[in-house]
Amino acid sequence: MCNSELRGFERALNEFHARGVEVVAISVDSNEDSRKLGASQGYTYPFLSDGKAEVIRRYGVLHPRGGADGQDIARPAEFLVDAAGTIKWVNLTDDIRVRARPENALRVVDQLTLDAAR
Amino acid sequence: MKRNWNAWVWAGFGLTLFSAFSYILYFVRFPVTRDVPWVSLLLFIVAVWLLAVGLKRAYGQPEQYRGKVSGVILSVLSLSLIGLFCYGLLVLTKDIPRSEDAPRAGQHAPEFTLPDAAGKPVALSELLKTHKGALLIFYRGYW
Repeated sequence: MCNSELRGFERALNEFHARGVEVVAISVDSNEDSRKLGASQGYTYPFLSDGKAEVIRRYGVLHPRGGADGQDIARPAEFLVDAAGTIKWVNLTDDIRVRARPENALRVVDQLTLDAAR
Repeated sequence: MKRNWNAWVWAGFGLTLFSAFSYILYFVRFPVTRDVPWVSLLLFIVAVWLLAVGLKRAYGQPEQYRGKVSGVILSVLSLSLIGLFCYGLLVLTKDIPRSEDAPRAGQHAPEFTLPDAAGKPVALSELLKTHKGALLIFYRGYW
């Protein structure tokens, strides 16, 4: 299973933390699955469980019956939220293979910092 | 006269298998070979070329080379696999909702509280008290 996006953000985690940005992963996986995944891959940022896909629905990123056994899951999506709770950047891929890269998200973060300083 | 084993068609078939599985097992891990699977597609091109050379020998010089039957079978199998790969690439992985209801930049991020891997509740509003921002990554999960 494709893990490359989550791994990429783990590698770039220091860069995000240096900018005061926390990275959070959300899926329908159970705590237990997230714990196993985190242990096997060495993830240190929070993996949140949205078993009933309530938050996933709230963010409009549900993929109905997208799971291997026809479960409702999240489609890949990234949202950057600022301290005021405003969404600053949304990335909705149109291809499961093509995911957000940390360097792009970091560029957006830097751009926002520049905008705020202006 | 003993005819030669037609190594070309077998090499083409083997390379097709290698290309498809190396993408799934290896190249998909790296964005540079994942987003546009150029390594796999290049290998497919070489594989088709090998098959074509093999078939040409099998039919052009049947007194020297074997592979009239095996060449056709392996070519059909290879082309089917390449077709399946391209179908997956062009159709299956794009089969995701457009999510037009997703909040856009400038809108307020919906509040949530969800348990982390240890079961500890994490609230977006609490995260934003101690951070300048949060990057929310929704992922498909491993079920």
